[in-house]
Amino acid sequence: MRTIKFLLRKEFKQIFRNKSILAMIIIMPIMQLLILPLAANYEVKNINLSVVDHDHSSYSQKLISKITASGYFKLQAYNSSFEDAFHLIETDKADLILEIPQGFERNLIRKNEQKVLIAVNAINGTKANLGGSYLSKIIRNYNDEIRLQWQRLSSYNPVPLIEITSSNWFNSFLNYDIFMVPGILAILVTMVGGFLTALNIVKEKEAGTIEQINVTPIKKQYFILGKLIPFWILGNIVFTIGLLIEWLVYGIIPLGSLLVLYGFIWLYLLAILGFGLLVSTYSNTQQQAMLIMFFFMMIFILMGGLFTPINSMPEWAKIISRFNPVSYMIEVMRMVILKGSGWKDIFPQLWKILLFAVVLNSWAILNYRKTT
Amino acid sequence: MKQFLAFVKKEFYHVLRDRRTLLILFGMPIAQILIFGFALTNEVKNEKILIIDNAKDIASQRIISEIAASKYFQIENSVTDPNQIVQDFKKGIIRVALIFPANFNKDLMHLHKAQLQIIADASDPNLATTLTNYISAIIQDYQSNLNQTYDIPLRIIPEVRMLYNPELKGAPNFVPGVMALVLMLICVLMTAISIVKEKETGTMEILLVSPFRPALVIVSKAVPYLLLSLINVATILLLSVFVLKVPVRGSVLLLFAESTLFIVTCLTLGIFISIKTNTQQVAMLVSLMGMLLPTVLFSGFMFPIENMPVALQVFSNIIPSKWYYIIVKSIMIKGVGFSMIWKETLALVAITLFLFFISIKSFKIRMA
Amino acid sequence: MAEVVIKTHKLTKRFGNFIAVNEISFEVYKGEIFGFLGANGAGKTTAMRMLIGLSKPTSGSAAVAGFDVYKQTENIKKNIGYMSQKFSLYEDLTVLENISFYGGIYGLTDTEIKTKSDQLVTELGLQNQATKLVASLPLGWKQKLSFSVALLHEPKIIFLDEPTGGVDPLTRRQFWDLIYAASDEGVTIFVTTHYMDEAEYCNRISIMVDGKIEALDSPQNLKKQLNANSMDEVFYELARGAKRSE
Repeated sequence: MRTIKFLLRKEFKQIFRNKSILAMIIIMPIMQLLILPLAANYEVKNINLSVVDHDHSSYSQKLISKITASGYFKLQAYNSSFEDAFHLIETDKADLILEIPQGFERNLIRKNEQKVLIAVNAINGTKANLGGSYLSKIIRNYNDEIRLQWQRLSSYNPVPLIEITSSNWFNSFLNYDIFMVPGILAILVTMVGGFLTALNIVKEKEAGTIEQINVTPIKKQYFILGKLIPFWILGNIVFTIGLLIEWLVYGIIPLGSLLVLYGFIWLYLLAILGFGLLVSTYSNTQQQAMLIMFFFMMIFILMGGLFTPINSMPEWAKIISRFNPVSYMIEVMRMVILKGSGWKDIFPQLWKILLFAVVLNSWAILNYRKTT
Repeated sequence: MKQFLAFVKKEFYHVLRDRRTLLILFGMPIAQILIFGFALTNEVKNEKILIIDNAKDIASQRIISEIAASKYFQIENSVTDPNQIVQDFKKGIIRVALIFPANFNKDLMHLHKAQLQIIADASDPNLATTLTNYISAIIQDYQSNLNQTYDIPLRIIPEVRMLYNPELKGAPNFVPGVMALVLMLICVLMTAISIVKEKETGTMEILLVSPFRPALVIVSKAVPYLLLSLINVATILLLSVFVLKVPVRGSVLLLFAESTLFIVTCLTLGIFISIKTNTQQVAMLVSLMGMLLPTVLFSGFMFPIENMPVALQVFSNIIPSKWYYIIVKSIMIKGVGFSMIWKETLALVAITLFLFFISIKSFKIRMA
Repeated sequence: MAEVVIKTHKLTKRFGNFIAVNEISFEVYKGEIFGFLGANGAGKTTAMRMLIGLSKPTSGSAAVAGFDVYKQTENIKKNIGYMSQKFSLYEDLTVLENISFYGGIYGLTDTEIKTKSDQLVTELGLQNQATKLVASLPLGWKQKLSFSVALLHEPKIIFLDEPTGGVDPLTRRQFWDLIYAASDEGVTIFVTTHYMDEAEYCNRISIMVDGKIEALDSPQNLKKQLNANSMDEVFYELARGAKRSE
């Protein structure tokens, strides 16, 4: 047991003398949490709109002003033809074209029906979808409006109307930051923990000091513990810094209990560090370790549910997600911080992460050979 | 020239012998394309919805069966206890709930007005909005079916046409992004680390003392990665065309030419980083933090640039991958020619030249 | 009869089809300075790694300090010291911190560590460098420090792998003084080197060529046998036909 004390002393001294690691632990979380949410914004707004109005009637103009008043769209141009408007789409100056046919108002009143054309640059599917549906919604609202006016003018049988009220819980302002930040923190902790652990052992391999350790009677469990513990502590520090930033900068206060949050993080760190350890036993150079880590991290992060929902993935991808520790972390972060979930609620994720921790670390210990 | 080729040959051996790294360098774009192509989508389907049905009448049943039939939703449960909503939200079982008041149909038929309440878990705002919109659409469909017996005046019918990507596939958006990412990774990260490693082990000094111009030595280190990257570009394009069914609408030659330009930009960047850093760890940190992260953020393929605060938008202009992303999108998806992208090309050239000159300057300072 | 501390019998290590160490058999006696010589690529380091428990033999047997190299490597490690070719001290720790770490790892008590630290620092004359990072020490100092650290836990046998690479002759001489001092205390020294003049400092040497031991005797006897004036000549005679070189 004393051996661990000596191992830890050495590790901490080395960590604190290594400026780049310190920079990573402190500066990286701060920078990422500040800049990423600013950039990682999937909110759809400022869609560039070009209007081709062949009618110039009061109806068409009212519709257009209603659209621009919504705040979702930025009116870039009034074009006189669809071809002109299309050119704007080609040069990325417009995302959407609304074409109102000639005789819009007149035909609407006479024939009770008129089509308008919405052409969307669909390269970015999300944007196109949301943009198209916002526009359709505004048009629908406008439609209801003028219909209501019309109803008042004529003695008309009222039509059954279903009024829909929608409420948004946990995030009534639909603030995108609230959604992204906990997820980003999850990824941060993962990256710092994973990378640092993997690189650390491989660095000793490269320098030859690991051989010196292998010749000593240190049991390999102790050696590995000696590596795990410092980075586990560091992971906690990064997480805490992250929570503080979440609170100070974004005003996010965890709805759920901090104990639940930290409890999960403690287990999660063990799993991720175990993974880093495992990678290091399979790598001979820092370059290799870093690349392997990066490869897996990338897959974990992309499929972790931060950017796109796991539910939308095809079956095979969902199965992979079940083996992705990061996805559990992101889920739990959001559940506990935003919705106030408790121990019982996160139990399924908790025991799965425990399993990960046990399997990964055991594998790493078995794989680490003092004698080859 | 012969000496240069000798250096290049040596560098190729280094790269080719590291099987693990090679595997990942080739495997990564393939993995990314597969993930982006088949796994990542914002398309909503099978989202679990909780129904609180206090009416249990013909109207609520009709609407519920419409929802059940919809590919977007899967009915998790139909209960009468509203507390279930919060519990299920907290467990993450459902994301949205629909509440029918008692006497729903009666009110609809006799009072001509009834209310429905949609409650969404807005911790994911976009999903919440989308789900709410989908449910509203189903409800409004029901309403218009009801109203078919009445003649509704003034129907404005929006006809939506999706340009370039009618099936709303994610691929046209991200394939260019994956290309930018992979090229950046290989060319900046690997080059920087490979050069710095020689510095660390001291073999760089030996090379520098040799009668060959140091510039040749450094450039020879970059050459294998140039070739690797071009192979990766080809791989990505092949995958995109044959597996994702996203064709290259424009000129393939132009695409390769522009890609080569971007590769040179990234290699120069990698070389610059290697001149300025002394250990592999730092080189990696700088490359990842300074290059990769901004590329993912500011190239525009994961997050729309126009959503960002103005300061960041301006900043994104110095990120080479932003321009490359636009170029590839334009050639591949829109099928335009050079005349449309000369501005972006110029931007890339300018960035490359800038990097080139500061690299040379830094290098000379070190030597002096 | 002197006690045998290292004994091998047809010890072999194969890597696929390549036989790095080919059935070597020898004995090392307590307290002697045993030189394990050979050209680069002859198999010295591979053989040594098997003896210190870093590598598992393919066949044959060996025992170090009475413990079997197949099944009792951890016991071997408790009784030996090792100085690798890279003098593996932690460059980003100070002299004192390195001593304290390795002392602790080998189970020395805090008092023992303190005493030994002071002793070591004084003996090596490192008083001014004690709190400086090892990275700042010149090569010769690092070397001597590595050796001393390997002896901290008073092992019976110490293995040195090419310990004098890259230092000037004066420093090398000083290093060998340290080796003599340890040998006088009864420590068995097993040292590999390809400096033939250092061979003269050993009690007995073995010369490995292409994985086999081609000679095993005292330097004087070998010179007489092969009619050579120096160990260089001895080596040249034996290694001339060698097929493997780096």
